Amino acid sequence: MEKNWHSNWDGFKPGRWSRTGVNVRDFIQENYTPYEGDDSFLAGPTEATTKLWAQVMELSKQEREAGGVLDMDTKIVSGITSHGPGYLDKDLETIVGFQTDKPFKRSLQPFGGIRMAQNACKENGYEVDPEVVEIFTKYRKTHNQGVFDAYTPEMRAARKSGIITGLPDAYGRGRIIGDYRRVALYGVDKLIEDKKEQLATSLKRMTGENIRLREELSEQIRALGELAELGQIYGYDISQPAANAKEAIQWVYFGYLAAVKEQNGAAMSLGRTSTFIDIYIQRDLERGLITEEQAQEYIDHFIMKLRLVKFARTPEYNALFSGDPTWVTESIGGVGIDGRPLVTKTSFRYLHTLDNLGTAPEPNLTVLWSTRLPKAFKEFCAKMSIKSSSIQYENDDLMRETHGDDYAIACCVSSMRVGKEMQFFGARANLAKCLLYAINGGVDEKSKVQVGPKYRAVEGEYLDFDDVMDKFDAMMEWLAELYVNTLNIIHYMHDKYCYEKIQMALHDREVKRYFATGIAGLSVVADSLSAIKYAKVKAVRDEDGLVVDYAVEGEFPKYGNDDDRVDDLAVMVVRSFMDKIRKHHTYRHGVPTMSILTITSNVVYGKKTGNTPDGRKLGEPLAPGANPMHRRDTHGALASLASVAKIPFRHAQDGISNTFSIIPGALGKEDQIFAGDLDLDRIGGECATCADIPNIMDSIDAE
Amino acid sequence: MTKGHIHSIETCGTVDGPGLRYVIFLQGCPMRCQYCHNPDTWEPGIGDEMTVDEVLKSFYSNLAFYKHGGVTVTGGEPMMQMDFLIELFTKLHEDGVHTCIDTSGIMFQPKSEEFMKKMETLAAVTDLVMLDIKHIDNEKHKILTSHSNERILAFARYLDEKNIPIWIRHVVVPGITLYQEYLEKLGEFMGTLNNVQALDVLPYHTMGKVKYENMNMDYPLKDTREATKQEAVAAKQIILNAYKKAKSFKER
Repeated sequence: MEKNWHSNWDGFKPGRWSRTGVNVRDFIQENYTPYEGDDSFLAGPTEATTKLWAQVMELSKQEREAGGVLDMDTKIVSGITSHGPGYLDKDLETIVGFQTDKPFKRSLQPFGGIRMAQNACKENGYEVDPEVVEIFTKYRKTHNQGVFDAYTPEMRAARKSGIITGLPDAYGRGRIIGDYRRVALYGVDKLIEDKKEQLATSLKRMTGENIRLREELSEQIRALGELAELGQIYGYDISQPAANAKEAIQWVYFGYLAAVKEQNGAAMSLGRTSTFIDIYIQRDLERGLITEEQAQEYIDHFIMKLRLVKFARTPEYNALFSGDPTWVTESIGGVGIDGRPLVTKTSFRYLHTLDNLGTAPEPNLTVLWSTRLPKAFKEFCAKMSIKSSSIQYENDDLMRETHGDDYAIACCVSSMRVGKEMQFFGARANLAKCLLYAINGGVDEKSKVQVGPKYRAVEGEYLDFDDVMDKFDAMMEWLAELYVNTLNIIHYMHDKYCYEKIQMALHDREVKRYFATGIAGLSVVADSLSAIKYAKVKAVRDEDGLVVDYAVEGEFPKYGNDDDRVDDLAVMVVRSFMDKIRKHHTYRHGVPTMSILTITSNVVYGKKTGNTPDGRKLGEPLAPGANPMHRRDTHGALASLASVAKIPFRHAQDGISNTFSIIPGALGKEDQIFAGDLDLDRIGGECATCADIPNIMDSIDAE
Repeated sequence: MTKGHIHSIETCGTVDGPGLRYVIFLQGCPMRCQYCHNPDTWEPGIGDEMTVDEVLKSFYSNLAFYKHGGVTVTGGEPMMQMDFLIELFTKLHEDGVHTCIDTSGIMFQPKSEEFMKKMETLAAVTDLVMLDIKHIDNEKHKILTSHSNERILAFARYLDEKNIPIWIRHVVVPGITLYQEYLEKLGEFMGTLNNVQALDVLPYHTMGKVKYENMNMDYPLKDTREATKQEAVAAKQIILNAYKKAKSFKER
């Protein structure tokens, strides 16, 4: 047996993962059992599951009746070990742990900003303990305060007008995925040892960068120690590798739980755990230690816990992201770079929770879709989608090229290699508003304040395409620089005052940091430019000469109909803004990326954006993400999707989202009415005459 | 190049033939079915004039989506624009694309030599016909559609001879087609054919009403209620039972 082998690994195939250090991907590749079969093996909920879930439903009802929040901690500042154990029903739960000492009680997280914590409490009729307020006002500075100390007046103005919007300066940036699987595979002791080694071998030339790294590694080591303590609070010794499936799930969950106790991030995603956990379940099943019912029970209880992750949010946050989302995204499936699908029985088990526990938006179960996924899995996904409308799909064939086969999605679309890459979440710039600034020489169309640079505004009655494009280009140049610099401040301060120590402890030392930017209003801009180019757009001015409305004369091609004339404009805008972002210095050598993603916040952005040249009126929502504007795609879903698919991924690597809903009837034939592949032998029996169906008139005389 | 008069294009058709369909709605229809939910497609000679290449541009640029599906031409009555239809399907057929016509069959003129010549050409490049039999009883058919159903039934027999598979579509309307006797007669007729591949019973709905209002037209079936799903399922069963019975007689 090899030197570093741990007896809890017996039965696994060794590899680089066991010989040379932390390498979860290698463990998966060496040990997973691909599954190409169908869903017939799945087990329903156990009695314990049903009971626990009924309890959760009851608590959810109470929470709704209480106005959305059932209980809040106002005194204990949340940390990895801040609370004693909490349970639904200790005897029934196979996977344990809550953020506070009881379910549905939201924790107090002031490191992002004490005022935000106070507002979140006040909104729900609670008051933060005065002592805590004093500490975080007088003695301990927060992220939010740091940011506002450094903001320039221009940044504040841009933030206020909403041309840069949704910034994580008043809430946790989130979007970091710890590799929680490491806790199960190696145990905390080994991870601490590894981090100590990283600290010992890190550079000793004390530049700001190296000092920060050393401090952070020390923080990470401390956080791992606290993680082990969290295990002990619940009666588990997680210092060693997990010995079986139940422990593996529990260890992974403790890792995740530590993260959500420490950080109130905008998106606290889980990663890619199903195939990893499957290896443990498969080993236990083969050893005859558990049954399928038990395996499913563990998964059901795990998912139940993920559904109960809750944060105290401010009213401003809720306005931006409606529906109390946590984005506990779990990425399922995909295909390995060796061509083997990464689908296992546990991929099915995860999705099956939608049956056993009923549908829910969280965790955000995300299937990494490939044309090469096994057919039976595709069919199961389709079936569960039809039933639950709760599955998100992402293009694995596209992302695998950039990220390999052990990446996961943070939030909705942000892809990153688990434990190797992270991102600095950067909200978005409102390009629709930027276009209006270009037209009005930097004057805000709503407040009439000079927010942008005082460039020359458009002149004359009708907008000229070349003229508007020149001005738009210059205004985007200004916006990109301001935006990147604003984000530099935010991430500097977040690292300084609200560092994600446990999540980063579950990363390699050398982490690739994506510097994520985003844009809103793409389809408005594309259609506006199209209107200016292909129709005639008359500027309507107010008494001060400011263009406040637009009269469109004639027809113009609209984004969402697979029409290159306008789709090319959308592509051009994406590429052009991304290139402008790339010109600027980014904090910690962040690699700039951009997303075209809004799921609900487009409504708020629309409120802040005046009339636009495409005919959209002030206050009307922007389309979500890269969607065409509502009702302008008139050639059916495929043409609409085809327009979106033209947006180049390499210029929008943080993700391109398209929100799409369809009524079941539009997805295909009603299977009870339609009779395809007529087979004489299978006809008949069910209803020999219409006598059973009183509504059918059995004789023409009945007329 | 012949130009077609196009009403509209639906790029994501899921109910008009097998797989995902690129559905082309042609403008113009001689029928005046009382329950028609697309009265805006009736008037011939209007709509966008497009060549075959223009119509198919978006189809070819997204070909990957349609690999288990194909192109369906509907309307209106697609066979009112025979020359365009032939050109369209000839091109698609050359490229191995599955072609389907959704038709009432009313344009079928077995006595016209000129028509039959074109029909032969079209049949050679057609993979599937969805034939909408509005009413099996000729007199009732005349009331419902303003035309006799003789050509339609003849068209079904012609397609049978040509071995072109058909799907029978039938709208069940309470008080009009939703009678056991008619449903059975329809099943019996189907039983005389050997090319019926599927039966698609469509419960009558009133979603077309608003279009009549928008077009300032009187909606003829004001007082007719929608058919329920349960009725459609039962109607399907009645048709199929009669179909089976007719088949087994024939085989004997």
